[in-house]
Amino acid sequence: MLNYPQLDLVFQALADPTRRDMVERLGRGPQSVSELAAPLDMSLPAVLQHLQVLEASGLVSSEKTGRVRMCRIEPKVMETAESWFAKRREIWERRLDRLGEFLVEEETQRRKARRKR
Amino acid sequence: MSEKTMSERNTQHDTFTIERRYPVPPRRVFDAFADQTKKAKWFGCIDGWEIAEHTIDFRIGGREVWRGGPPKGTQHRNDTVYHDIVPNERIVWSYTMHVDDRPISVSLTTLELHPAGGGTHLRFVEQGVFLDDYDGAADRVRGTNDLLDNLDRALRQE
Repeated sequence: MLNYPQLDLVFQALADPTRRDMVERLGRGPQSVSELAAPLDMSLPAVLQHLQVLEASGLVSSEKTGRVRMCRIEPKVMETAESWFAKRREIWERRLDRLGEFLVEEETQRRKARRKR
Repeated sequence: MSEKTMSERNTQHDTFTIERRYPVPPRRVFDAFADQTKKAKWFGCIDGWEIAEHTIDFRIGGREVWRGGPPKGTQHRNDTVYHDIVPNERIVWSYTMHVDDRPISVSLTTLELHPAGGGTHLRFVEQGVFLDDYDGAADRVRGTNDLLDNLDRALRQE
C-alpha cells in the first residue's frame, strides 16, 4: 500500500497530458527514452523532465543498458494507484474537501444573514 | 457479468485514516452529515453524474441509500447502516458499494469530531474488504485507462 504523500505524487504525475501519454505507451511495454520522445513534439530535455516527474512518483523506472536508457511501468505502484482503497481514499479526500468548502460557504451565508438582521 | 474462476476471486483488506480541520464548530460539521439537504451538497457531487436516489434515515439502526452514475453509464449504489450516533461527536456506519448490482466492497467507517480552537478536528477511519479485484489489475493497459478516466473526472471536479 502506498502512503498518501506518494499517492499524491502519482496523481500529480498523471495530471499532465504528455505524462499520461507516456504512461499509456509504457503500459504496452518498456520503451527507450528516444522511443518515448519520438512522437512527442518537444525537446529531449523537456521529455527528460517529464520522465523525472514520473520516476519521482514511482510509476516509472528507468535503467541504462549501454547507451540506451530503457523505461518501464512499475506495476506495483500502478496497481496500488488503481486499487479500490486508493480510489476510495481519493474519493473521501475529495468529499471531505468539498465538505470543508460547503461549511465555509454556509458560515459566510450565516454571517451575512446575521449582519442583515 | 461473466462467471469468475476461482483464481479471479480475491479479497483485499485495508484501513485508511483521513484528518481534516474545519473553521466551524463540530455541530455544523455534524449537521452536514445528518441533514440530507446539506449532505447532498458535498457527498455525491460528481460532474455529470445523475443522482437517482438519496435518502437518509439518520438514527441508530437507520439506513441511507445513495444511487447514481453517469447518464446511461455504470450505476453505483451505496447502502449505509448507522450503528452509533453521538450528536456533534461521533458517527459510526457501515456501507456496501455495488457497481451495476455487483457488490464490490463492504466498509466500516468511524467519524470523530473534536473541538479545536473554535473549529473542528475531523478524524475519518475506514476499514473494509474489497471483493474480486474489481478493477481487473491483471489487465494493465485497461487498468491504466480506468485510472486515467477517473483522474480526468477527478480533475474536472477541481
